Amino acid sequence: MDRTLDRTITVKVNGREYERSVEPRLLLSDFLRHEIGLTGTHVGCEHGVCGACTVLLDNEAVRSCLLFAVQTNGREVATVEGLDAGPQQLHPIQHGFWEAHGLQCGFCTPGILMSLVPFLEQNPDPTEKEIRDLLSGNICRCTGYQKIVEAVQLGARLIQEKSS
Amino acid sequence: MSTRQFGQPIKRNEDPRLLTGRALFTDDVQMAGMLHAAFLRSDLAHARIRSIDVQGASRRPGVAAVYTAGDLGEFWQPGPLLVPPPPVEQLEFHQRTQVPLARGKVRHAGEAVAMVVAESRYLAEDALDDIFVEYEPLDAVIDLEAALSEGAPLVYEDLGHNVSARVTQTKGDWTQAESEADLVIRRRFLYDRGAAAALENRGIVASWDEKSQRLTIWDTTQAPIAIRNGLASMLGLSERQVRVIAPFIGGGFGPKIMMFYPEEVLLAWAALQLGSPLKWIEDREENFFATTQERGQVHDAAIALKADGTILGVKDIFLHDAGAYAPYGLTVPINSQCTLLGPYVVPSYHSEFTSVFTNKPIVTPYRGAGRQHGVFVMERLLDLAAKELDLDLVEIRRRNFIPPDSFPYSNEIIFQDFAPLVYDSGNYEPALERALELIGYREFIATEQPRREKAGERVGIAVVNYIEGTGIGPYEGARVTVEASGEVSVATGVGTQGQGHYTSFAQVVAEQIGVAVSDVHVVTGDTDLFYWGAGTFASRGAVVAGNAMHAAAAKVRAKILKLAGKKLEAAEEDLELIEGRVQVKGVPQTSISLGQLAVEANPMRGAVQPGMEPGLEATEYFGPERGATASGVHAMILKVDPETFLLEIEKYVVVHDCGTVINPLILDGQIQGGVAQGIGNAFYEQLHFDDNGALLNASLMDYLVPTASDVPNVVSDHVVTPSPLNPLGVKGAGEAGAIPVGALFAQALDNAFRDIGLEVREIPLSPNRLFELVTETAAREAV
Repeated sequence: MDRTLDRTITVKVNGREYERSVEPRLLLSDFLRHEIGLTGTHVGCEHGVCGACTVLLDNEAVRSCLLFAVQTNGREVATVEGLDAGPQQLHPIQHGFWEAHGLQCGFCTPGILMSLVPFLEQNPDPTEKEIRDLLSGNICRCTGYQKIVEAVQLGARLIQEKSS
Repeated sequence: MSTRQFGQPIKRNEDPRLLTGRALFTDDVQMAGMLHAAFLRSDLAHARIRSIDVQGASRRPGVAAVYTAGDLGEFWQPGPLLVPPPPVEQLEFHQRTQVPLARGKVRHAGEAVAMVVAESRYLAEDALDDIFVEYEPLDAVIDLEAALSEGAPLVYEDLGHNVSARVTQTKGDWTQAESEADLVIRRRFLYDRGAAAALENRGIVASWDEKSQRLTIWDTTQAPIAIRNGLASMLGLSERQVRVIAPFIGGGFGPKIMMFYPEEVLLAWAALQLGSPLKWIEDREENFFATTQERGQVHDAAIALKADGTILGVKDIFLHDAGAYAPYGLTVPINSQCTLLGPYVVPSYHSEFTSVFTNKPIVTPYRGAGRQHGVFVMERLLDLAAKELDLDLVEIRRRNFIPPDSFPYSNEIIFQDFAPLVYDSGNYEPALERALELIGYREFIATEQPRREKAGERVGIAVVNYIEGTGIGPYEGARVTVEASGEVSVATGVGTQGQGHYTSFAQVVAEQIGVAVSDVHVVTGDTDLFYWGAGTFASRGAVVAGNAMHAAAAKVRAKILKLAGKKLEAAEEDLELIEGRVQVKGVPQTSISLGQLAVEANPMRGAVQPGMEPGLEATEYFGPERGATASGVHAMILKVDPETFLLEIEKYVVVHDCGTVINPLILDGQIQGGVAQGIGNAFYEQLHFDDNGALLNASLMDYLVPTASDVPNVVSDHVVTPSPLNPLGVKGAGEAGAIPVGALFAQALDNAFRDIGLEVREIPLSPNRLFELVTETAAREAV
């Protein structure tokens, strides 16, 4: 196998630095899942539509299936595994989803949670319309979205309670 | 019992793992030395294979193996027929099932022709480009009627025709009904294909361990036990040598109950050949071709009625698109045939279908599994009849409801479970009344609609009914064990794909044993942990496995009481199970913990008395004599944008009767999710095949799955008519949300465009198609 084109990248994921030699064509989603074992980021379509693979790149929500791993060199990535502070300490958004039954099979959930993190930072008290607009970038095939909307509303409240 | 667990909206046990990215899905399985498979698939729907040249692919660095049909030797066999035809007289059935890799001929676009195994998925996919297949294109069989015409191209030349099956079922005398009728309405109805589009594509990991002589398979299947048994048999292994694990699964909806997909058998076989762990993960484009689909039917239907709207009979002759292979037998068209009758008294019924082989992907059940079609035809016929007879749409339905004192109610034909179609229970009028109340039916018709129409808006209302045969046999089992920690472990054979089984089953068990739901740990879908079972399909998990849970937990409860009675020197009837302890009623000081009892039940010294089993454990099975009949009503108000023909669903109501409710939170989620899929089916999702059988919209950019902006909030309520067929009184609920939505859209659009006499006779629709129908209708009106 010809590995002469490989590039060495250094990327911080969930606060931990990784240095890896990767093929330039390696997708960020595959890098996260299969090179460094963070399988919480899911891949549903590999063409940027479903949103399941959403992660944060320098605190901005991006589709990890539409980026190459080499594009993250020197940058910071956050995935769903970095959201909670431990098994018993869920992030308020995760709590919202748990309480409101905002997930069924849970496959789309990590991408939705990661889309919501910057959204709720910028819109701490969103309307239902704003929530639905944001969610329309993520496909969920199980829930019909209703309980996800409720989960986001609850999550937003929990974040505010925590910070007040 | 102090706190009730059963029937409560308890949050789910499984969620923390899913929410933190720590749940295991099939593609998360990583093993040292793992190889990766990719499949070369035909672009042509119908072609002879002249030659396949794999030399270039084989030589590519990193490629471990390339296989075509010719390399499989004796292992190349058509898959098993999963469901034999039901015992219906004079039934015609031609068995043709899928093959591991195409040999001689490809029969649908996306059929696998070769498999490459390489060190990475990237390399395996690279190598596909080095395989050269010479095809001789053949005319494709696409249209159902054309498929049956003289001189049509043949999917199977040896068959001499494209008929997969013909089935006629009847009750009463249609001819007489027709002759006595005041009104007979005849129409043609179309219901086209869609995809289940679970967010997780399919995937398989297979690993052969030479030292233990065991094959372990992680599979996105809804039926792990059947997969284990089938693969063991195909590979010449003992069932004990094969472990199939259906881990967390990212949505099933039916296509994952299809068994022995080519990839499933090939991965297992190649893992044995190569001695290395092997993974294949389907991509989204493959999912549109290689995962099964549903829905293509054409119905020529008639209804005979008296002038007061009483139904005398229904005649329905339909074509069903089986696709290129029919491994799932007749389940889908039989469901259409049986569900059509709905909650109505239909004294005579003549139903005749022809299942047709086409050069399109395989059809197997997808949420609703043919029931949609039946509901669509019946509800449309009633709508048209009401119009002709100048009756209210609701009134004509009410007049024909099966009265609540008529159950069990026999429809005199055979259902998909091979049992007679007998509704176990039902009470339709209260659900209808509640739905009318929640949607504001009378108020909308009397004042809101006229007012808004006057203001130039186009708004419509609809109310439809349906029944759903759920919870069919043959059986499921469960094992319940109290562990020394006092926590309870539970295992069952059904797989789970998001239905909340880790919680609803735990509730059933917790109710009996008096522990917290969070202390009941459910395992589903691991054949090493539970040996027997059928699978998750036909809205049966809660009904069949749920009742097995109940039986096993009740037996463990009896064991607990017996042993505790001895230890506490009290009569069993004086004991209660409460918060993980057994105590003398009202005397918490005289108690023993379940954990301590579990230790005592498994002593290290002394003797277990004759007739006693060690441990606080029981395994029980439940098999219903026939399915439980759920029912419901959907109602909707929608607004049509006069410029774009986009729809806004202003209000959506579901009143549902699935018997006793285990967890209302989970039930609401199932209903809402089903409605969303129904809306997709009705107005967004259609698979467009061209005349050559090429699928023109095989991506999520072009195949439009509803988003959060398209799906409304659902107002739901429940009527509870417990099923007499199982101790818990439950009926299935998994498919109810999706079934009547097409019929609902058609009625609402007819209502919104009643000024021009619109008559929607097809699903799926789209803004474009609606525009065409409205334009055609208006032009006809103007003539």
